[in-house]
Amino acid sequence: MRNRKSLIALALVAVIGVVATGSSSARTTSHRGGTLKLLANAAGGTLDPQVNYTLQYWQLYQATYDGLLAFQKAGGSAAFNVVPDLASSYKTTNGGKSWVFTLRKGIKFSNGRPVTANDVVASFRRIFKVKSPTAGGFYNGIVGASKCLKTPATCTLAGGISGKGNTVTINLTAPDAEFKYKLAVPHASILPASAPPNDAGSTPIPGTGAYYFSSYDSNKQLVMKRNPYFHVWSQLAQPDGYPDQITQSFGLTVEAQVTAVENGQADWGYDFPPADRLNELGTKYAAQTHLTPLTAFWYAPMNVNIPPFTSLKARQAVNYAIDRNALIKIFGGPKLATPSCQVLPPGFPGNKPYCPYTKNPGATWSAPDVAKAKQLVNASGQKGAKVVVISANDEVQKAVGVYLASVLNEIGFKATAKAISGNIAFTYPQNTKNHVQINVQQWYQDYPAASDFLHILFGCESFHPGSDSSINMAGFCNKPINAQMNAALKLENTNFPKANAMWAKIDRQVTDQAPMATMFTPKHLDFVSKRVGNFVFSKQFYWLVDQSWVQ
Amino acid sequence: MSGAIVDEVLAPAGGDLAIAAAGPWQLARRRLLRNRVALVMAGLLAVIVALCLGAPLYAHHIAHTDPFRSNLDGTTIANGKRVPVMVQSTQGLGLGVTPIGPTWDVHHYFLGADGQGRDVAARLLYGGRNSLLIGTSAALITCFLAVLVGVVAGFFGGLVDGILSRLLDVVWAFPVYLLAISLSTVLIARGFSLGPLHLTSGSLLLPITIIGLVYIPYVARPIRGEVLSLRRREFVEAAIGLGASNWRLLWSDILPNVVTTAIVLFPLMLAIDMLTEAALSFLSIGVQEPKASWGSIILDGQDLLYTRPAVALAPGIAIALTVLALNVLGDGIRDALDPRAKLRKTKDD
Repeated sequence: MRNRKSLIALALVAVIGVVATGSSSARTTSHRGGTLKLLANAAGGTLDPQVNYTLQYWQLYQATYDGLLAFQKAGGSAAFNVVPDLASSYKTTNGGKSWVFTLRKGIKFSNGRPVTANDVVASFRRIFKVKSPTAGGFYNGIVGASKCLKTPATCTLAGGISGKGNTVTINLTAPDAEFKYKLAVPHASILPASAPPNDAGSTPIPGTGAYYFSSYDSNKQLVMKRNPYFHVWSQLAQPDGYPDQITQSFGLTVEAQVTAVENGQADWGYDFPPADRLNELGTKYAAQTHLTPLTAFWYAPMNVNIPPFTSLKARQAVNYAIDRNALIKIFGGPKLATPSCQVLPPGFPGNKPYCPYTKNPGATWSAPDVAKAKQLVNASGQKGAKVVVISANDEVQKAVGVYLASVLNEIGFKATAKAISGNIAFTYPQNTKNHVQINVQQWYQDYPAASDFLHILFGCESFHPGSDSSINMAGFCNKPINAQMNAALKLENTNFPKANAMWAKIDRQVTDQAPMATMFTPKHLDFVSKRVGNFVFSKQFYWLVDQSWVQ
Repeated sequence: MSGAIVDEVLAPAGGDLAIAAAGPWQLARRRLLRNRVALVMAGLLAVIVALCLGAPLYAHHIAHTDPFRSNLDGTTIANGKRVPVMVQSTQGLGLGVTPIGPTWDVHHYFLGADGQGRDVAARLLYGGRNSLLIGTSAALITCFLAVLVGVVAGFFGGLVDGILSRLLDVVWAFPVYLLAISLSTVLIARGFSLGPLHLTSGSLLLPITIIGLVYIPYVARPIRGEVLSLRRREFVEAAIGLGASNWRLLWSDILPNVVTTAIVLFPLMLAIDMLTEAALSFLSIGVQEPKASWGSIILDGQDLLYTRPAVALAPGIAIALTVLALNVLGDGIRDALDPRAKLRKTKDD
């Protein structure tokens, strides 16, 4: 009797499932087609996925390129999961130093050529040949990488990577628990072996994704069309997209972008809406406005090698004096950001709420302590020191720079604010030759690991004096803390939770040393047109543009 | 004895014979005083300058505000009620913070607040001081150096003229705004050091120097031409014949005759320089925060055009009025100094 009931229930579930699948399939098919029109004030630079390091194009690469592994194409935190992509499976051997991948069969590039192990090997060599910005940071652990970094043109990664049949093996010099993440970012995209051994610039390189870049004019428009050779091999790694075509047009101001989306002339603008339009979006267009918390932080790196911030007290004074709530007002209000004092953002591996720089020190920030800040400036012996606050010249960053200058003046420095072009605002402060004392920056995670914030932004290995590629803008190199970072990286291979606990301690220590003033954790605002449906926001790569439909 | 060419002014029939005996400067002053439009504009300019000079008085004693300090958490009085300077939206998704608009109360944010919660009226007055200071100083540099270069090139001729003229050609070859923007972009980042001269990146001397230098050819060219013409005039040749030295010729015969051109061009250059300063500051490469100029306030207001247009409109109107006043006054001075080249008809003509 019991079995019979179970059988009937099972049959019912099966029938409901078939009906649901059928109706779901019909619904999704009916949404296929149309052109998704995106806007951006300016193009994002080179289209080469192994060179470009902008969110603007990384967002688009999700639908155009694949790696051996991929971050899951899903909403929310599920997007942090790494799943096999061009590889059907993988395993680690040799104590975590060798990664063996089995390639899927039947996958073709958008030019019709099949993906082979040879393409995979060539792609990894190409990371070094094109001097990918993360070649030294993410992929320097591959055997032979150090030679490739010295002489990129002749890079072979001898002993580091090999391909035979459907198997590709990557050998590392040491186990790296974060390597799976590094294989899932666009710089590790698998490209045809025939791809040029230098930055392809505005020439699109064939990819394996659901779309391919059909044309790119950095003054006008970027066009993505359906890849005629694409088929779904993993719904998690590379699902099919809805629109037939996706375009990103350049040249409109942010104001004009908002107006165009309001009027239905475009579907989305890449740039953050201007302050004077936020109220309008939050009231008249609330249904089309999507807010999502980010694993990111806005911070002001203070150069610990240039006065006045050679003094710990001077750096801590800045931290005490900043009114995070005031800064959040510049950003658009408390619905768009939350105050923060530490490096690791909320919800991120290793984050343990910590804020020593507030009126009532504890887990969260409550109010600035200007009196204490003034005391610290006096005690530092740096009172009256001249400080120039550098920021990008866009509306929000410039305003944050002006606010910081105002705060610095209030606590005893003589500060001015200088806004520089957004094109150089990221690299200019990195070069020690430019003598930048304090600047306004943001850091958005590359992958969900504490090291992506702490080790990359404040590790000795990230500080390269005289170079534009010195992401440790504070020039902070604290040997004991750095040793702990390297120990935590090692520990990740065997005990991830314990490693995260160690990162939490490191986060506190770095915060106490104040090589930066953390300001707030931002939320992301996407304003889409009325016709955009199925908005899916991946915490890893933001709005999955191809997963939305326009009809 | 001055070798200036005295206009052949004849006493009008039945008029005051004293006019015929008056010197050229006196005559010019009288002509200027008869030009009512120019006088109205001079008055307007004087009011603007006086208001700007009174900026500290207004900020500290009337508005009780520090226009260089962010005041994002501050409050003020509007319609008898205490209200926040930055108003957080509470409707819908609660996005956006809007600065308070004009209260039309001189004691409390008369023209409203900018994106940093600072008093726009106070910044407008302080900004006017900087705009006028930069414009005036740059125009003085331009006119002084242009007269120097123009007179030396035109008077000595030959190789000296060739070198100076080619130098002017090189500067002239660049579109003036492009040159100013390029120089500002480079120098604003690092400042400028040459021997004992050291200009820090936030110093007002940087925009003053840049703007002052880029316009030199525009004044030096006509002055050089005038000197070339004067060099062949009878009174100069007579002086040469009498054995006058070059120095005496320059000081007594040439300079007094070209200085009127520089005087006429000065208000026009001042207007142009103020516009250039506004353009550079609008592009973030002129006056640097927290200092203000009318151009930088327009830039602040650009981000608030939809909700608080007064922030951009107020300095825009101030620039327009000042430039209009300077141009009309400049024309009046030209009419006064050179009555044969009337630009505007006055009631008395």
